[in-house]
Amino acid sequence: MTPAVLPALLLLVTLLATVVLGAWWRRRQGVVRSARGEPDDAAGAVVDWAAHGVDLGERRTFVQFSAELCAPCRATARVLGEVSASHPDVTHREMDVDDHLDLVRAFGVLRTPTVLVLDAQGREVARASGGMNRAQALAALAVGEGPETVPAGVRA
Amino acid sequence: MSDEAGRTETAAGPGDAPVGIDPRGPRAGAGITALLLAVVILLWTSTAALVLLAVVAASFLLGAVRGAQGTWQAWVFRTVLLPRIGPTAEREDPRPPRFAQAVGLVITGAGVVLGLLGVAAAVPVAAVLALVAAVLNAAFGLCLGCELYLLLRRVAPAR
Repeated sequence: MTPAVLPALLLLVTLLATVVLGAWWRRRQGVVRSARGEPDDAAGAVVDWAAHGVDLGERRTFVQFSAELCAPCRATARVLGEVSASHPDVTHREMDVDDHLDLVRAFGVLRTPTVLVLDAQGREVARASGGMNRAQALAALAVGEGPETVPAGVRA
Repeated sequence: MSDEAGRTETAAGPGDAPVGIDPRGPRAGAGITALLLAVVILLWTSTAALVLLAVVAASFLLGAVRGAQGTWQAWVFRTVLLPRIGPTAEREDPRPPRFAQAVGLVITGAGVVLGLLGVAAAVPVAAVLALVAAVLNAAFGLCLGCELYLLLRRVAPAR
């Protein structure tokens, strides 16, 4: 009989590391970030969104990258659908990542859901990944629209 | 309602979703699985550990084939937990949890096969990996396999 110190220690370390990982993941859900870099030199050309079936809203457009195997994508789609329904100048389009791998690569999307917030010209002004709530969606809409709208990482 | 400007278009989104399931079921099931995996780790490289890991792998096989709602853990949730906590109107798509069961099957199945081939360390290693995923699911509602899906899809060559 060997003392069961090593297995118990491994179990403890695994559980601690998992809790830290989970807490970190949860804090990142839906946090709104401004688009990197200057808005008008976004790698030269602006994406032809119409060719991808996206109707740009007069104010803002939510482009949501989703996957079939993604439960938070459904909740996020519901939230963004409600927000766009109550804002006539905002549209929401959900794109399946399997059908739009070109866009996924072009925008460096690594997980689902990832939501891009586009301005009227189709330039990315902000993005968020992970499940989004209504407050985060409204904060995402406000990015770039006034002097005091720099997102401070809105959370639930 | 009829204002087309503010409408969500889901033509390219996920297709027709099957009937939703209680999202608490798979999470409770993951909690039960996590307990078993913790015991596997404590049993270390013994035969008992291999047997218990095989039981967990068999449960994942059931879940991968029938969906998370078709496992014995889901049955425990429905008969023991559900009467106490009451029903919820909340529903989730059964496909992500089912995919998670398949990911669990791959991890624990590899541990069982390697263990049978004499690689004793594979049993606790597989149990640690599966335990991380199960705890993330049970405690945080995070589906690790689903989270990694797009990354894997991006590295995999186009079909």
